[in-house]
Amino acid sequence: MNVPDYTVALVVAVPLLGAFLTPLVGRINDKLRNIFVIIVLALNAFLVFLLASDVLTTGIKTYVFGAKDLTYPIVRILFEVDAMSIFMAIISSILVTVAVIYSWSFMKENTGLDKYYSLILLLTAGMLGMVLTGDMFNFFVFLEISSIASCALIAFWTNKGESVEAGFKYIVISAMGALFVLFAIALLYGQYNALNIALLSSVIQYTFLDKIALVLLIVALAMKAGIVPMHMWLPDSYGSAPSSISIILVSATLASLYGVFRVIFTLYGNVLSKIANFGIPVNVFIGWLIVALAVISILIGVIMALIQTDFKRLIAYGAVAELGYMFLGIGTGIVALGTAYGKTALDGGIFHIMNDALDVGLLFLVAGAIYYATKETSLDKLGGLARNMKYTTVFFIIGFLAVAGMPPLNGFASKLLIYESTFQLNPILAIVAILCSILLLAVFVKVFYSAFMGPQLPKFKDVKEVPKSMLFSMGIIACIIVIFGLFPEFIINNLVEPAANALIGYSEYISQVVVGGI
Amino acid sequence: MIFNIPYIAVAALILLGLYALIFKRNLIKMVIGITLIESGVNLFLITLGYRKESIAPIYTSSPGGVMAFPVPQALTLTSIVIGVAVIALMLSLVMHIYRHYGTLDVRKVRRLKE
Repeated sequence: MNVPDYTVALVVAVPLLGAFLTPLVGRINDKLRNIFVIIVLALNAFLVFLLASDVLTTGIKTYVFGAKDLTYPIVRILFEVDAMSIFMAIISSILVTVAVIYSWSFMKENTGLDKYYSLILLLTAGMLGMVLTGDMFNFFVFLEISSIASCALIAFWTNKGESVEAGFKYIVISAMGALFVLFAIALLYGQYNALNIALLSSVIQYTFLDKIALVLLIVALAMKAGIVPMHMWLPDSYGSAPSSISIILVSATLASLYGVFRVIFTLYGNVLSKIANFGIPVNVFIGWLIVALAVISILIGVIMALIQTDFKRLIAYGAVAELGYMFLGIGTGIVALGTAYGKTALDGGIFHIMNDALDVGLLFLVAGAIYYATKETSLDKLGGLARNMKYTTVFFIIGFLAVAGMPPLNGFASKLLIYESTFQLNPILAIVAILCSILLLAVFVKVFYSAFMGPQLPKFKDVKEVPKSMLFSMGIIACIIVIFGLFPEFIINNLVEPAANALIGYSEYISQVVVGGI
Repeated sequence: MIFNIPYIAVAALILLGLYALIFKRNLIKMVIGITLIESGVNLFLITLGYRKESIAPIYTSSPGGVMAFPVPQALTLTSIVIGVAVIALMLSLVMHIYRHYGTLDVRKVRRLKE
């Protein structure tokens, strides 16, 4: 289906405009404001799906802000949307919409909700901008928008010391990371006089300065994505933020992950495969580095999750392990680029991005529901909740089985692809991955037992099921999880394969701008 | 050699900022560290756009001669604006932390355990 080019701009513009209108609407009526925000996000999701149907059928779509012709000096920003970008945009818009529906009841008793919803819409604009833009500096700007908004949201409960502390940690990490990104952009700009990703990647030489820029970009973006040696902020911020925010943070983290892939596959895609150090092509070296980081992430994430007593921190460490699985799939894809199992690994890694966002998101929502009903997140003090919260229990079972990769849920579909492809690269990797999945299952069975099973505790006698809007939003995600688990082929063929091809086929991304003369 | 001085200043600013960020115990000093890194990066961008004996890039009232490249300056302006927002947010969080913990020492601000 064909949509006009300006849809690309609207996808970012609609939430941005909504963000600034929200406080005005909020002055009229609280309910009206909530409806307004949901309508804005639904409209946005609709636009994203329209754009997706176009990009997936007709190929890369571009939109130019500023100068249309190429007379010097060219002052313009280019948005370039390929299948990978739109894949990430779909994840973001689903998660944000669900989180806002969930917030309706979850945040009802809080004050300052005008600011809360404004920040959510700003964060949405930032995330979507990050994944849709084709310009390095613009990427930095959206990165900063999303980090500022998410930091303010993490520290939203300023009456709690922990939230503020986590917010400060997050802003220090992301401010430093973003400045490194800017420094790397300056290094590239100084050499090639270009900011456009496609243009840069067509002329990049892999000089000494380019190596520094590559290291800075990967380190800063991987830090924001929460890969293990740099994961310390992630459990703090996921654990201290309101649950509705934790699920949005998952997708904000994944947008940074997208940045890592864009840098490796597209920006440096042209040179990394052609240059060899000590007889090994550089991209194989980087691929092994990513695989190593991924294995460490999986191990540390699972082991740390075992010893947690706080529900949300436990899920956050589970999320670290899940990030490891994505990196494992994509790292294997880079090492074995060009082979059949390399392609499978890449598919698995990309499919797992979506599955992880849904599964971990659902678990965060369940944790939030338990907090809403009992005002308690410590697992030591919970117990016997299945008696009073039937639906939440069902959603939790779906969520944790999906995270642990049990058939027939979606986590299984992507993890199977990752297992079978990493086995061909090195059996040890697959063994570690499977063992850690089992451990993850053990962790969540423990949680399930201590929070939902057991005798009814007297203080939780009057606990009621959570309100409908929360059940509804958890239900949406649970439905998507089950559908993806039952029909993984459909998603893989229609969304994941094009995304993987878009990552590998950097020449198409480049030629769209450089040869096409846009 | 003289033209390298801005680059040396960039390196010095960024390293000083990193030092403050990593080794200082006071939250305000950490914020200052971020500010230093930011100034370093901004100076780097500006320096990249400067050419020898160039003038400010104002097209309408140019006396002629070499002009500095305007794009890095535009980038720097954007980066400064973003920087202000980040610093303001950080300082407000520091204020809240002080209210909750009664201290600005990072060793004592650790309710979030392992």
